[in-house]
Amino acid sequence: MSAMANSFPQAPATWRLPDRGKVAMASLIIAESAIFTIFVVAYLFYVGKSLTGPTPRELLETPIFYTICLLSSSLTIHFAAKSLTRDRVGAFLGLWVLTIVLGATFMYGTAQEWHRLIYEHGFTISTNLFGTTYYSLVGLHAFHVTAGLLMLLIVAIFGLLGRVGVQHSHRVEVLSMYWHFVDAVWVIVFTVVYVLGR
Amino acid sequence: MKSSTLRFVAQTMLLLLWFAMAVWASEPIDPSPHGTNIFAPASTPAKSISDLSVFVLVITGIIFVVVFTLLVYSVIKFRGRAVDAGREPAQVYGSTQIELAWTIIPILIVIVLFLATARSIHAVQDAPEPAGAIQVTAIGHQYWWEFRYPKLGVVTANELHIPVSESANPVPTFLTLLSADTDHSFWIPELAGKTDLIPNHPNRMWIDPLRTGIFLGQCAQYCGVQHAKMLLRVSVDSPADFAAWVRGQQQPAVQDASVATGRHVFESNACMNCHAVAGTNANGRFGPDLTHLMSRVTIASGAATNTPENLRLWIQDPNAIKPGSLMPAMKLSDSDLEAVVSYMETLR
Amino acid sequence: MSSNAFTIPGVQIDEKSWVDTLHEWVTTVDHKRLGVLYILYALLFLVVAGVEALIIRIQLMFPHSHFVSPQVFNRLFTMHGTTMVFFMGMPILFGFANYLVPLMIGARDMAFPRLNAFSFWLSALGGFLLYFSLVGANGLYGAGNAPDVGWWAYAPLTARAFSPGHSTDYWTLALLVSGFGSIGTAINIIATILCMRCPGMKLSRMPLLAWLNLVMAGMVLLAVSPLTAAQMMLLIDRYLGGHFFDTQAGGSAMLWMHFFWIFGHPEVYVLIIPCFAFMSEIIPVFSRKPIFGYPVMVAATVCIGFVSMSVWAHHMFSVGMNSYANSFFTITTMAVGVPTGIKIFNWLGTMWGGRIQFKVPMLFCIAFLFQFLIAGLTGVMLGSAAFASQLTLSYFVVAHFHYTLVGGVVFGVFAAIYYWYPKITGRMLNETLGKVHFWLFLIGFHLTFDLMHIPGLLGMPRRIYTYEPDRGWDILNLLISVGGFIQAIAVVIFVANLIVSYFKGKKAGNDPWDAWTLEWATSSPPPAYNFASIPLVASRRPLWDLKHPEDPDSRYE
Repeated sequence: MSAMANSFPQAPATWRLPDRGKVAMASLIIAESAIFTIFVVAYLFYVGKSLTGPTPRELLETPIFYTICLLSSSLTIHFAAKSLTRDRVGAFLGLWVLTIVLGATFMYGTAQEWHRLIYEHGFTISTNLFGTTYYSLVGLHAFHVTAGLLMLLIVAIFGLLGRVGVQHSHRVEVLSMYWHFVDAVWVIVFTVVYVLGR
Repeated sequence: MKSSTLRFVAQTMLLLLWFAMAVWASEPIDPSPHGTNIFAPASTPAKSISDLSVFVLVITGIIFVVVFTLLVYSVIKFRGRAVDAGREPAQVYGSTQIELAWTIIPILIVIVLFLATARSIHAVQDAPEPAGAIQVTAIGHQYWWEFRYPKLGVVTANELHIPVSESANPVPTFLTLLSADTDHSFWIPELAGKTDLIPNHPNRMWIDPLRTGIFLGQCAQYCGVQHAKMLLRVSVDSPADFAAWVRGQQQPAVQDASVATGRHVFESNACMNCHAVAGTNANGRFGPDLTHLMSRVTIASGAATNTPENLRLWIQDPNAIKPGSLMPAMKLSDSDLEAVVSYMETLR
Repeated sequence: MSSNAFTIPGVQIDEKSWVDTLHEWVTTVDHKRLGVLYILYALLFLVVAGVEALIIRIQLMFPHSHFVSPQVFNRLFTMHGTTMVFFMGMPILFGFANYLVPLMIGARDMAFPRLNAFSFWLSALGGFLLYFSLVGANGLYGAGNAPDVGWWAYAPLTARAFSPGHSTDYWTLALLVSGFGSIGTAINIIATILCMRCPGMKLSRMPLLAWLNLVMAGMVLLAVSPLTAAQMMLLIDRYLGGHFFDTQAGGSAMLWMHFFWIFGHPEVYVLIIPCFAFMSEIIPVFSRKPIFGYPVMVAATVCIGFVSMSVWAHHMFSVGMNSYANSFFTITTMAVGVPTGIKIFNWLGTMWGGRIQFKVPMLFCIAFLFQFLIAGLTGVMLGSAAFASQLTLSYFVVAHFHYTLVGGVVFGVFAAIYYWYPKITGRMLNETLGKVHFWLFLIGFHLTFDLMHIPGLLGMPRRIYTYEPDRGWDILNLLISVGGFIQAIAVVIFVANLIVSYFKGKKAGNDPWDAWTLEWATSSPPPAYNFASIPLVASRRPLWDLKHPEDPDSRYE
């Protein structure tokens, strides 16, 4: 093997390759985006096509507050990750926990909305096409938020136990990419369900 | 023989065999009924497709011969010989001119093929509908075909009758394709390309048959257990024969007092829940209309010929002819069975 | 699988028990072992699905045959298609990617070894789930039932109303689970190729196998996900009362078709692109020339990757789309034939002016070229919407896709196995048995699949458990079935060769074929760490440069 190294005059001075955590997360985001796209297409395709039952206009209330919560959580996680790269663990923890609180608030909002729809209006996934596409699209997103919250919680627990330091900033950055993705998906779901679909 | 020469000979012989079989197979097997050969079109849409297909085959055939020859040539000419051992040939990395040429030429071929195809698509799908066209609504069921002629008041099953369409007096038939359950596909190769019957998605197709005769086909979209036995039979009649057929189908069912017992068995068992016999109490829509059952050559959508023995077997145990069909075995006593079959035999 | 280690004097090393060996293999995260696991798993299912095909062909030898019931026949063709695509094709190609990519880019393993193992076992679970349906799914009469809805599982045939019991659910779950495994492997391949190349290996110096697996992995991300989404929707329909594909509630059967084929068409390119990679590595070595037009081969593959995402509805030419849609999908389908054709010309250009050695891997490659040419041309016919309205759903299509999948993928996989078996096991496969396998399989393949085009042209639809004797299809079906048996005998000889050569084959050494990529620079089999020191490369053929220091590739690139 060493013979090979000697035969080549032009060894590259620095050999820099992309970071594999970020590449892997970006690939995962691409795959997940494809899944969400299909659910969005189904939603848009079926707008107005339900044979019976309540329409979006009758039932939906635009969740402005909860959307603001979720979208601000992108800001807080961004600054949290930044803080950790600068070894400011206290700031990181505070912003990280704030992110979790904002995300959990969003989930509470969704739960509240679904409770109202199911128990006050009797509107479920099997009611009509709107019901099927609404609950599956919003539900798929909520599932991804929940998975994200669980991961954030694990990091928070380790952080509160004093086990997270600047050496983990890279992993935290990769995780925050996922969280940004979840927020970006919400922008699209919000537009499709609460703006276009009405 | 060298490996390479042997394979050249084998490949050539296989090729010749392929061509021979294709030529042999394109002869119509039996003039009456007609075969199911897509290269023996008997209707305008089928002819348009067949002409396009021959054009596409010729172009792809030329491409094949050219590339095949080059491949065979290279395999023979550039085979390594024992005398070459240890010496490497010239290490050529590519050639921009050649690569450009073999990019541009295929693009041009694609454009030509696309334009020819687009013309045929348009001719078949966007054909205008003349006022005098025969209108048929075809509804696909598991595992039979329902045909309704709304303007003529005719309801029948599995065997379609349409008039021949002479160039002097064209009378095409336009079909609306619906489905009562799963996806099906209406395919009579010599009359048209296939079009699917999809629930909640009506489709339209047309045929203008240029010759009289019987044309065969079957369901082409897997629809369940008995997909293979959802056969089609189209009878292209002369205008006079077609008119006579229509008149016959428009009549209510023959009332024959001698089969009153059979009719009573039919109407008091579950038969009338599924089947209709015009002019009686039976108006079920789940199964084929039986008003003129005896005007059909086959039963069970072509699974058996329409004889008293087959009819008896079918009513007694449909699974004996078409296992998995949705008609239940009625478990009639022998006398009831005889009576019902006699009743069916009067429904001309 | 011994590594190329030397004995340390004076130390007693106990022999491993078989339990230890089994444990090592089950818990491995080594890309080479996972690669072998994938390949063996796929070969097992090749045999299982092959037996299913033989039973289908026996039933179709004569019209109105009663060899199997219609119910069993419908399960057989569903299982045959599903198994071959998802539990033979995908795993064997992932297996080769897993084994070869790190070696060829000079890395020690994949980017995420544990994800690698997790993805393999997920895929394995999927296969197990699918076949568990034979025992577990209670059909209408309480017995186990394999799915019988066809491998595309069109709605509304898959609705509860038309597919009671759980057979369809086993189909859905098996593919959902193995789909996650596929996405995991794809992520791993992309991260490995982009982030773990050895110094000097710029993207423009990567072996084509790495490039093509990169494109394949990207397509898996974009193509398998729609299937995952569609299957979630199907489960919601079947279990939560959803109406995605419920035509009675206004749902659309067409929507399933679109979603399925948005997966289904790129999927077949996912299956063939790694075989293009095999051709691009093997043909140059046995022509003794570099690949002709490396940059264009990369560009053409990327082009195929993109364009193939826009052709899916050519599988739906009979469903009644309007003439504009049909024309659109005609042009895109024909367009994707251009870069594919270019690749055939480039392989031809590689052989041209070379000194071709007709070793067994090269025989399979040459057959691939002829067969893929024909398959591509019948693909052009099927891409012409008007012509396709006659050809689709008939045995012409069955012949076409078996031409690509058997004549392309299986021949490509055979070439790859004969070529890399020495690297994986350290022993050569028997050349004579290999030639017998090749010729028998070639004859059987052509007898079956050349003739199979004709019943399609004569009006024989697909997925029928029997046919009418008055249509002129009888003799053809008989001969087609005979060809199937010839192929089966060839596969038996092949499996025998694999087993016998493992124990008795000639020792291979590092580089039995005098090849030029990095995997041949280490021992056969490679040690667990792949390379003693990470290589440093200056051209696309590092070993050519080593062997020909007077005329290295690095001077010309």
